Amino acid sequence: MLCITPAMAFCTDDPNMRNEWLTVGSARNLHGSSAQRPQTARLLGENLALWTGPDGLPVCHGPQGPLAVRQHCGYLWVCCGSTPTRPLFVLPESTDPARRLVDCGGIGVATSGLRVVENFLDMGHFPFVHAGTLGQLPHTEVLPYRVEIDPHSDEILATGCQFYQPRASASADTGLMAQYRYRVMQPLCAALYKSSPGRPGAQDVIALMVQPLDEENAIAHCLLVYFEDQLSDAALISFQQAIFGQDKPILENQRPRRLPLDGPLETHMRCDLASVTYRRWLKGRGMVFGVHAPTAAAP
Amino acid sequence: MISLYDYELSGNCYKVRLLLHWLGLEYTRIPVDFHPGREHQSPAFLDTVNPLGQLPVLQDGDFRLRDAQAILVYLASQYDTDQYWYPSDARVRGNITLWLTVAEQLNHTAAAARLQRSFGYAGDSAACQQGANAVLRQLDDQLAEQHFQGRHWLAAEHPTIADIACFPYSALAGEAGLDLIGFPALRQWIDAMRHQPGFITMPGILAVRFAKMLT
Repeated sequence: MLCITPAMAFCTDDPNMRNEWLTVGSARNLHGSSAQRPQTARLLGENLALWTGPDGLPVCHGPQGPLAVRQHCGYLWVCCGSTPTRPLFVLPESTDPARRLVDCGGIGVATSGLRVVENFLDMGHFPFVHAGTLGQLPHTEVLPYRVEIDPHSDEILATGCQFYQPRASASADTGLMAQYRYRVMQPLCAALYKSSPGRPGAQDVIALMVQPLDEENAIAHCLLVYFEDQLSDAALISFQQAIFGQDKPILENQRPRRLPLDGPLETHMRCDLASVTYRRWLKGRGMVFGVHAPTAAAP
Repeated sequence: MISLYDYELSGNCYKVRLLLHWLGLEYTRIPVDFHPGREHQSPAFLDTVNPLGQLPVLQDGDFRLRDAQAILVYLASQYDTDQYWYPSDARVRGNITLWLTVAEQLNHTAAAARLQRSFGYAGDSAACQQGANAVLRQLDDQLAEQHFQGRHWLAAEHPTIADIACFPYSALAGEAGLDLIGFPALRQWIDAMRHQPGFITMPGILAVRFAKMLT
């Protein structure tokens, strides 16, 4: 048992983070770990120790003792509070034997994790930031799409999205109107469903799972759940990391680093419907962590 | 036939891609799963590609070469018939070699800090950043000195492999948590590099066209 000393563990009391399953990265990282030689991971301002227990299940200790931990979709998920308020999201495609799962690795990004998720939902930046792959000037128009909140799961669903993409994936060799569908399952977890190259009607899945280090630093983990069976893992990872590597400087230059949920700091357009819904959805949950708190206006 | 063992987000791989592109050389890219797979440390890679477990590695016919700076020297010597990128003048070559070693110092400082912040590597990030600032200061001083003499490049009247070697981790300083506000000559030089005809970028270094739209 670990010694309990700090009066206040973790950098937030926001139940949206404390009572939530949060990822600390790929379960593969625990290979070779033990209670004597644990892996460390940072979450909500604290260092966690993780290892594989004698029963083969993951074990996690935080600054004040054991924490709930489980494995899901090949990643480790930790709850830093007493009870997770909601179950972990479901990703049925991840157990489809016709698909392969490719962990693209975590990449650190110096901004609020909420901004990373919001950027993931945004199609408007494709032709500017991802020119030559996910978009191409002058094809800048974001056609109307629908956004709703599923009354049962409380997930955000954006459907009917389409965008001209010169090279929509690592295996694409011609431009196409890519069909997209988004899910936001948790404040820091979203998934993108997009046309699978060479498989009419089928959709590949890209899941984004953000590990919040603190309010202004995160690690973005990306999982591919693909039908693709030609390219190597290295080729798929290379394509995906190039995309995120282009997003990273944009994200790190956004000010404020924390996401404003309302107010005059940022202006939205119709193409931002998914982002607007995401911010309202966060506000409805009383999200505080990683959120920009406006200072009171001068009298 | 040239092949490059390559990692998209590596500044050292990028500098080789940049020179290959400027020399108009066709090559095959062999993507290596540096992160998260650590393929460059796998037994297969160590046994058959590079026992030091580093990227990039160049294969040109039966000739194999590791180390980005060495690869720049080789490619320019072998394929740049105009001797633009690696002039034969003794003084210029002396200076180029000096800045190639400075590029290696950036690997141990700025590139290391970036690995820690972006890829979760262990290490003393603050010490690496402090070291990086000292190296960037050398570059800024040299470029300011050159500027007063009407020149804009590290070792010659025009860009050479010295500039290519030092460029990536200078331009990626933000990802290492460094601020270039105190290095005005360096910032001007980064901008000049990005405006060179035929310049190609890498993730993390903004394309000129896009940067113009932001301002």
